[in-house]
Amino acid sequence: MNKPFAITLEVGSSRANQTGSWRTERPVYVDSLPPCNHACPAGENIQQWLYQGEDGSYENAWRQIMADNPFPAIMGRVCYRPCETACNRAQLDEAVGINSVERFLGDEALRQGWTMPVEAPPSGRRVLVVGCGPSGLSAAYQLTRLGHAVTIRDAGAAPGGMMRYGIPKYRLPRDVLDAEVQRIVDMGVTLELNTTVKDIQSLLRDGGAGEPDAGKNAGKDADGKFDAVFVAVGAHIGRRAYIPAGDSARILDAVSMLRDMEGEEPPLLGRRVAVYGGGNTAMDAARTARRLGASEAIVVYRRTRERMPAHDIEVKEALEEGVTMRWLSTITHADGGKLQIEKMALDETGFPQPTGEFTELEADCLVLALGQDADLSLLEGVSGVEFTDGVVQVSPELMTGYPGIFAGGDMVPGERTVTVGIGHGKKAARCIDAWLRSDHYTREPKHDLAPFGNLNTWYYEDAPATVRPQLDAARRTTSFDEVVGGLDASNALFEARRCLSCGNCFECDNCYGVCPDNAVIKLGVGERYQIDLNYCKGCGICVHECPSGSIKMVPEEA
Amino acid sequence: MPYQSIKFIQTGSLAVGGRLLAEDQRSVQSGAQRSNSLTLGHRACQGCGEALGARIALDACQRATGGKTIAVNATGCLEVFSTPYPETSWQLPWLHSLFGNAPAVAAGVAAALRAKSRDDVRVVGQGGDGGTVDIGFACLSGMFERNDDVLYICYDNEAYMNTGVQRSGATPYAARTATTEPVGPEPGNKFGQGKNVPMIAMAHEIPYVATATVSDLRDLEYKVERAMEFRGARYLHVLVPCPLGWGSAPESTIEVARLATQTGLFPVFEAEDGEVVSATPIRHRTGVRDYLRIQRRYAHLFKPAERTEMIDRIQRGADRNITRFGLLPADDIDAELATVGAGRAEEITS
Repeated sequence: MNKPFAITLEVGSSRANQTGSWRTERPVYVDSLPPCNHACPAGENIQQWLYQGEDGSYENAWRQIMADNPFPAIMGRVCYRPCETACNRAQLDEAVGINSVERFLGDEALRQGWTMPVEAPPSGRRVLVVGCGPSGLSAAYQLTRLGHAVTIRDAGAAPGGMMRYGIPKYRLPRDVLDAEVQRIVDMGVTLELNTTVKDIQSLLRDGGAGEPDAGKNAGKDADGKFDAVFVAVGAHIGRRAYIPAGDSARILDAVSMLRDMEGEEPPLLGRRVAVYGGGNTAMDAARTARRLGASEAIVVYRRTRERMPAHDIEVKEALEEGVTMRWLSTITHADGGKLQIEKMALDETGFPQPTGEFTELEADCLVLALGQDADLSLLEGVSGVEFTDGVVQVSPELMTGYPGIFAGGDMVPGERTVTVGIGHGKKAARCIDAWLRSDHYTREPKHDLAPFGNLNTWYYEDAPATVRPQLDAARRTTSFDEVVGGLDASNALFEARRCLSCGNCFECDNCYGVCPDNAVIKLGVGERYQIDLNYCKGCGICVHECPSGSIKMVPEEA
Repeated sequence: MPYQSIKFIQTGSLAVGGRLLAEDQRSVQSGAQRSNSLTLGHRACQGCGEALGARIALDACQRATGGKTIAVNATGCLEVFSTPYPETSWQLPWLHSLFGNAPAVAAGVAAALRAKSRDDVRVVGQGGDGGTVDIGFACLSGMFERNDDVLYICYDNEAYMNTGVQRSGATPYAARTATTEPVGPEPGNKFGQGKNVPMIAMAHEIPYVATATVSDLRDLEYKVERAMEFRGARYLHVLVPCPLGWGSAPESTIEVARLATQTGLFPVFEAEDGEVVSATPIRHRTGVRDYLRIQRRYAHLFKPAERTEMIDRIQRGADRNITRFGLLPADDIDAELATVGAGRAEEITS
């Protein structure tokens, strides 16, 4: 301390003063669950694949989707986008167009011919999947990746289930469907079409879980039996309602009508078509009727639009195509080109009550879209399998009451969409895999949800959503061309970059740049940051200025 | 525009850095190799705006001069917290002068370098608002008048914070300090609106005058680098919130500075040869109440009863800046000022 006048102090000498001792709270980097991931019924890590897509690494982004969902191109068309409903960006300007980016990635994969490798060694286990719909295919895909030998059996003539026989072509072109199914078949899945499964118990090996076949018969069809079965035959029986009808009334159900669209002759509907029901299937039926030449397609529904189960996008697109709606109406009688309609009124509980007021509606044909029932015949009589309200009861691990028989998709309780089906398939595959190893599937605990309030939105560029081009409404009603177009590389990239990365660090350097005390250490690309606790004073600026809410203050222990 | 807005990237150039930015679009502060002119262990309070502002400004200066900067520092917070004997936090040649003569000492260093024909080494003078707008003002004006080759940076926290928050010539109207107590019919600082040194500097017609805040790190870096492109006297006025003196939360330092710009209370602009050449537009227009409420130095404007007239006077000052410096596109001004003029400032806060 004996220094002369006008001294030179040692560079870096202030480091002796470790200001970290001032601190009462410390910043901690956290990872949170983004609302899109949380909302996805297929369990996709959406934020992660958007992150990969943002720098143009489309193949990596696609592989991230494929970890959870083998149908990006299909889901990019038919998913009802719960992710976008949940997206935090909706509170800023418009939700990120997640679905359109997914479609772009799915289409890009088909253009480039990307495939998924099977990296797991063969397990020696054989699994039968009954039903070649989204749930069954998803399960088969995941089981194959886990090393199991999978056979799918389906009574239909072509694979896809409801994706083929329920979703019209204008929403899902068949070349896309065929290509994504073929990719799964090419991974080594055995597909047996036109095959009805009977006596399911006899197909199961005795004992179920246990030691796999050793030796030369490993994984081979030695006795034609399987170690486990996943049943996902869906709900394809159109529900009928009793409507008094005269001899000349033409009444058909929407499920059969949509299925017939895949046959050689399209169904004959007439010029005026009435559709009874308010769900997505009713919308599909009405829109299909318009395309088959009906000058009028009228949806008759007993409640109001707000109470319609159909998704908003479908209702909007149907109205744009000239489909008309009769709210608060029930059909009481049908005969010879005329329907008798009774007006309804909602009571206090929101339930429609008859008013005694009648009108007539001219219609050449009545299509019933009143819901669908699951085909339970395969599982009826199997010991231990229980049914409630027309669906199969399963454990949280999707296993029925009979060991080794699992079920999923539309035939178990839950929302009936393709996305839910894919999620069931994935989960069933993981549970079956665990069960075959005499284990239980346990999922890693989820992070806390990332709320909008944790974001510092100042730092995000203002950027409204890219709207997908829509086929001219006039052209739509005369053809089965796809209604919604896709993004191209430049606007898909833009859309991906609108992601706010809610709750997860995306390395924007804000914390590193705004710390008044130089107490944030930058670890390099992909390594994120670290707090230098010897010097951090705990001011919290890094937390306040973090765009994505990925840092939180935690009290120091006393 | 003072800096490029990069479209279609999550944050564009609004955040400090980002993996999607090209190398030449990255800020000095985002680089792992930044010079950290003010390094670890300094004794500034939690959330100090001045410590942050000084590191950003001098790191940018070091990049612009290739590491050949000499800093001259007036007495004040920045000097006290960075060099308690025998420690220093400075990682560049740094001289401590008296409270009032930093501009003259800096001019002397520049003269010595000229005598040695060292035109590669550049000089930065720096001080707080007290040392700049009050005590050192005559020396500063002289430095401008002689057009000495010095960039002088004032870190403005609007009072003498180091000695216990006494009023300075930069203290704004109505703010409470230790010497402007919140009592009487017009509580807080009663006089004027604070000395506007950027405008005074412009009146000297020196080559470059600019304002900036710690809320826009890239803009501050840009202003420093732009200033180093000129020879002669240059002046940079940086608003640096002081959590202690302003009674704001330490984590809100940048937020407070941001609100100062988004209300129009602190116009961010640059001027060359006495003429304004650009102003940073307001992005999210905010009424002054949002700025005042989060600072205890203005608490008496809201409690026990709101002093609407005083708040309106502050709002009028903000509006005047908006028109004077063109901080909003013309269309927006008419619509928004009509609302603000009617005393309904809150309705336009976003």
